[in-house]
Amino acid sequence: MSEPVNYLTNGWTIRSWLLTHDHKRIALLYLVSITGFFFLGGAAAALIRLNLLTPEGALVSAETYNRLFTMHGIIMVWFFLVPAVPVTLGNFIVPLMIGARDLAFPRLNLLSWYLFMIGGLVALYALFVGGVDTGWTLYTPLSTNYSKGHVVAAVVGIFISGFSSIATGLNFMVTIHRLRAPGMTWFRMPLFLWSLYATSVILVLATPVLAMTLILLSLERLFGIGVFDPALGGDPLLFQHLFWFYSHPAVYIMILPGMGIVTEIVTTFARKKVFGYKFIAWASIAIAVIGFFVWGHHMFVAGQSLYASLVFSILSYLVAVPSAIKVFNWLGTLHKGTIRFDAPMLYALGFIGLFTIGGLTGLFLASLAVDVHVTQTYFVVAHFHYIMVGGMVSAFFGGLHYWWPKITGRIYPEMWGRVAAILIFFGFNLTFFPQFILGYLGMPRRYHSYAPEFQILNILSTAGSTILAAAYLLPLAYLTWSLFWGERASANPWRATGLEWRTASPPPTENFAEIPVVTEEAYEYPPPEVAQHG
Amino acid sequence: MSGWFAPAASSTGVETDHLFWALMAISSAVLALVFGLMALYVVRYRAGSPIDRGALAEKSWIFEIAWTGASLLLFLGLFVWGADLYVRLYQPPGGSLKLNVVGKQWMWKIEHPAGQREINALHIPVDTPVELLMTSEDVIHDFAIPAFRIKHDVLPGRYETIWFQATRTGDFHLFCTQFCGTDHAAMIGWVDVMTQPDYQKWLDAEAPSETLAAAGAALFQRYGCSGCHAGTSTVKAPPLDGLYGSPVPLEDGRTVTADDRYLHDAIIEPSTERVAGFPPVMPSYAGQIREEDLFALIAYLKSPAKEQP
Repeated sequence: MSEPVNYLTNGWTIRSWLLTHDHKRIALLYLVSITGFFFLGGAAAALIRLNLLTPEGALVSAETYNRLFTMHGIIMVWFFLVPAVPVTLGNFIVPLMIGARDLAFPRLNLLSWYLFMIGGLVALYALFVGGVDTGWTLYTPLSTNYSKGHVVAAVVGIFISGFSSIATGLNFMVTIHRLRAPGMTWFRMPLFLWSLYATSVILVLATPVLAMTLILLSLERLFGIGVFDPALGGDPLLFQHLFWFYSHPAVYIMILPGMGIVTEIVTTFARKKVFGYKFIAWASIAIAVIGFFVWGHHMFVAGQSLYASLVFSILSYLVAVPSAIKVFNWLGTLHKGTIRFDAPMLYALGFIGLFTIGGLTGLFLASLAVDVHVTQTYFVVAHFHYIMVGGMVSAFFGGLHYWWPKITGRIYPEMWGRVAAILIFFGFNLTFFPQFILGYLGMPRRYHSYAPEFQILNILSTAGSTILAAAYLLPLAYLTWSLFWGERASANPWRATGLEWRTASPPPTENFAEIPVVTEEAYEYPPPEVAQHG
Repeated sequence: MSGWFAPAASSTGVETDHLFWALMAISSAVLALVFGLMALYVVRYRAGSPIDRGALAEKSWIFEIAWTGASLLLFLGLFVWGADLYVRLYQPPGGSLKLNVVGKQWMWKIEHPAGQREINALHIPVDTPVELLMTSEDVIHDFAIPAFRIKHDVLPGRYETIWFQATRTGDFHLFCTQFCGTDHAAMIGWVDVMTQPDYQKWLDAEAPSETLAAAGAALFQRYGCSGCHAGTSTVKAPPLDGLYGSPVPLEDGRTVTADDRYLHDAIIEPSTERVAGFPPVMPSYAGQIREEDLFALIAYLKSPAKEQP
């Protein structure tokens, strides 16, 4: 075998992985880490669903239940959803897409993984050894003065991992500004990069506010310095304002990269130039900007001023417009395409459907009077899971399958990929659609036990979650299998445009033998080398 | 199934339902459009289909402006509809029945003006506007009655108000919907909406020995308030007769209205909004008087002819 050395075969020691500066290896370190967090958070969710099989709580005590949903929320938000796409697929693909040899700051990239792991382990210690029962939202004064759990340790873990977010965001911004290949102008960049750029802006600007908020929370809890607790002269609504100032934009940190992946997949499998390139690009920026000014829609019943609620409601409707633009442009891209249904495309089509449902139910929550009825119920739980899980996680799986041949040099088993995608779609809907009805009927979220008339819908939801759990384990099995026995992938198995497909699968450590020169817009189908054969 | 989608049991709740189902109709239409087009395109333009793709659509900005504009107009309309109703949720009509609510880990305490007290239950007459003045003894709770389509957070150190007018008799769920600690899911109760005669019977059967204001008068003595604030006192303290609802000039130059919020804070933290011309001699009562007793004290201060105990 005279196979050329690639980034995977370039060094076999543990040291060559743990001290690597290669963005591709760091992406894999991250991929293994967030996979672990995803299944831990998922296990907590499975226990929650099992407990809700009976009205009185089938499985665990109220205290354990509260710890479980706190565990689920904190792990999934900060240690899976926020980092997932940027640090794995983004880390791997960004330099390849813009024709660079690495990110702008390779050492910072490695440091960010270590910060992420330290933060994650501290948080896991707090959640598993000590137990935290505040919910991921950490509302004061419950979290500062009443909860008996290891709140400060959990907060320290989140705080540390925040620096990892900031480092990643900064790295992407500088890379996209400075390291684009000759001829790769802003409007020739693949739209995945626009979405990651917008995401990075939010990561860099919003995360410090979270950090400050968590410090204030810890000061109040440890030393009784009154900031949020009215008994100490503080204001509990101040905490909610600060918390959502980060946590609402964080929703866009989660979904924007997903939208970017879907754009790549839809155009590749429709074999057609994306419809409305500039509109999709600017929609990402618009979402990032307007997304900073809608946080108060989490507080329509919290006691904020009436006028604040009015302003936040209208801005929340405005931020929905660029999302709608994206959906219509994806449909426009499908129009007159030549559409193939490989697993990534099934995930992307699933994303469009589930994201649309999530977005439309967001209109209910942006509507002030309707929000009063359905907020803090399972309607909200269903809504944000349609966006985060139905949307973002579907997009993540789609992207993982799409770039899997590039990342590993192996083809995943296509049939299993399609089966998993379809199972996830149906399992997801069975789990979360009944929750919309539960919410309309008034079932509050975060309830360990509930009124008997809600049982039938809860059973449906739990049944769906078992399908969903199995469907999430499938890719873990067959993707792992393909690492060893999968068919070898060519450089461009999807016959796609984009610089990442112009280098070997898996790429060499330096990505490109020669830095490519870009002479055309993104998504010019058919790509040149294919045209030669066709 | 039919019970699931029973109409709301309050006057504003019926309007919330109208908006909800309008949103549902619009969402279903949009969803049908998106799923319909997606299904149509993926079948029509599947790779195996020999259909003539023809020229690709040009001038995409016409489409872009069309769907951007349509979304904007639709969203603005929805905003106005929801906002109008929300604003009215904040404006209780006059002549409402005023009750006090205290949330604490993990129960609801309700005080009626005539002195009836109940826990995790709320008895109210039908077709009568009811206004709740709510506060919390500890963490943030949320007072929610799904059948009335109403909920509002209940915060420590603050008075929050909601109102509703029940339109049907019956028993309806009362939930705490803001996570408040271990037994959050047990912080539940029932709202019993009764006919006027039944309600009167309930009031009579539950009639306590003293009204809320009378209970407040006793507390006024017990906490030593009367030592300075009673008419015969020699200590210079602001007079409290006829105070409720009147403007109060403060030491810092501002003037505030002596409403429930002011009276509550003036007892808990007297130095913050000190009345002009009086020395800062009153001690803070923070942490010393339960919220339900503060409601009683304020009821006493509000009573027109303060019954001298």
